[in-house]
Amino acid sequence: MARFKRPEPTFFPTYPMPQEPLVEIRDLNFSYDTRTILSGINITIPRGKVVAIMGSSGCGKTTTLRLIGGQLKPTSGSVKVTGQVVHELDAKQLYALRRRMGMLFQFGALFTDMSVFDNIAFQMREHTDLPEAMIRDLVLMKLHAVGLRGAHNLMPTELSGGMARRVALARAIALDPMLIMYDEPFAGLDPISLSIVGELIRKLNDALGASSIVVTHDVQESLKIVDYVYFVSEGKIVAEGTAEEIKNSKTSYVHQFVWGEADGPVPFHYPAKKTYGEQLMESAVYRG
Amino acid sequence: MDKVYKAGSKVAQFLQFLGNTVTKRIFRLGFAARFFVAIFLQSGTAFRRLNLTLREVYFSGVLSLIIILVSGLFVGMVLGLQGYDTLQRYGSTEALGILVALSLVRELGPVVAALLFASRAGSAITAEIGLMKATEQLSAMEMMAVNPIARVVAPRFWGGVVSMPLLAALFSAMGILGGYLVGVKLIGVDEGSFWSQMQASVDFQKDILNGVIKSVVFGVIVSWVAVFEGYDADPTAEGVSRATTRTVVTSSLAILAADFILTAFMFTGA
Repeated sequence: MARFKRPEPTFFPTYPMPQEPLVEIRDLNFSYDTRTILSGINITIPRGKVVAIMGSSGCGKTTTLRLIGGQLKPTSGSVKVTGQVVHELDAKQLYALRRRMGMLFQFGALFTDMSVFDNIAFQMREHTDLPEAMIRDLVLMKLHAVGLRGAHNLMPTELSGGMARRVALARAIALDPMLIMYDEPFAGLDPISLSIVGELIRKLNDALGASSIVVTHDVQESLKIVDYVYFVSEGKIVAEGTAEEIKNSKTSYVHQFVWGEADGPVPFHYPAKKTYGEQLMESAVYRG
Repeated sequence: MDKVYKAGSKVAQFLQFLGNTVTKRIFRLGFAARFFVAIFLQSGTAFRRLNLTLREVYFSGVLSLIIILVSGLFVGMVLGLQGYDTLQRYGSTEALGILVALSLVRELGPVVAALLFASRAGSAITAEIGLMKATEQLSAMEMMAVNPIARVVAPRFWGGVVSMPLLAALFSAMGILGGYLVGVKLIGVDEGSFWSQMQASVDFQKDILNGVIKSVVFGVIVSWVAVFEGYDADPTAEGVSRATTRTVVTSSLAILAADFILTAFMFTGA
């Protein structure tokens, strides 16, 4: 008889109470060799909420997601998901935890040798013994949820950027995860696709009763859908609050980011060793 | 004093560069060895779900057939011409069948087929895995709790290992056919002598089995290098391109070196 292969109960000895946050990041530090990426990060993701982590490119947002997913190990501090410290789990426990997570990668990361249908059925075939007929129903249901039921026979190369992102979203929710992570879900989308993806993130989160983490630098779109925002700059949390609080924030970094100002705490110029005047003078001397 | 200091500094820099390069190479070799062990440990999926491996046999083996068969035919034809030219000087043209068969079964079949396999299938495997890495497909798989070594790497590795001896056998068969066409049909060597001498002189264990062993070893080498280079490629277009080149160069050199070692053990001495 077909049945869902649930993880062994020993992997999750104590399910936390629903009031407990789903993800807790405490005093998290992460470095590549000597280069510090994250420093003293504290983030809480409550159940059922959509939380955004914002910041400029290269500030450590995606690294945070990878640490939550256990793809990287912190230098110090801890990331807890459902009360389990992620970096202390062995491979089997980590994979059991990941079955309850969904992740949408920046450019979809769809398997290019599989059709849209097979991409979404992938996890179901890998982790369950469900019959093909049921997998078909489930896949079409997921595709219907993102409005692409009619595209199930297409190959990833035949999809537009927005469609690929929606297929990746359907794939991320294939096994009804408790936590959905989005890595730059709005990057490179046209305004219509942007709005569709934004709405889907909110609706799917509420429909599934999941929690979502949206890593993005698209302020306007994400502030429409998120419950709480963390601002990361140079590997540190510099501000946090609800969408409304962020919009009205007087913090100079947040203000510059939200209103897209060219210069401010994040300087327009890449730091140079010498001043512009000094360099001009040097050039003049060099030319004689 | 200043010159001495500068010279010392340059020597120190050179030694640092040398040490760094050697350390990196040794580290990479160690990683490749651990990767090889990981493939074996994660091969359960490749055997349990045989369709995954058979799919790779199709991509690595069946799709390499054209280049293998055509090359085998021409190599055999050239062997027929060159062999006849040499043998007629000693009045033993009837031994052409032996020369063609032994050359192909013992050496040219496994070696040339492996070199062609490395260029055709090895580079394709590296490029495919490298691009999967660059487009985050491997990361996505990991986040879906699916081990990419078990799901992507092991089936490709075993697909290559299974394909290689079959391709080498077909290469040798086509080569013998080529030698026959040139030697017997074109030049006019006696057909009976060609086949009977070949049948009498080619030993199953010493010649054919050793040839098969060689091709299996070459299959392991090419497949290992190909999957490792793909998995270890820098996730950029340039990184994948460099990895593909490395696959062809490294596996070709490794095949020739392994061939010398295997030949030394198999065909020398008693």
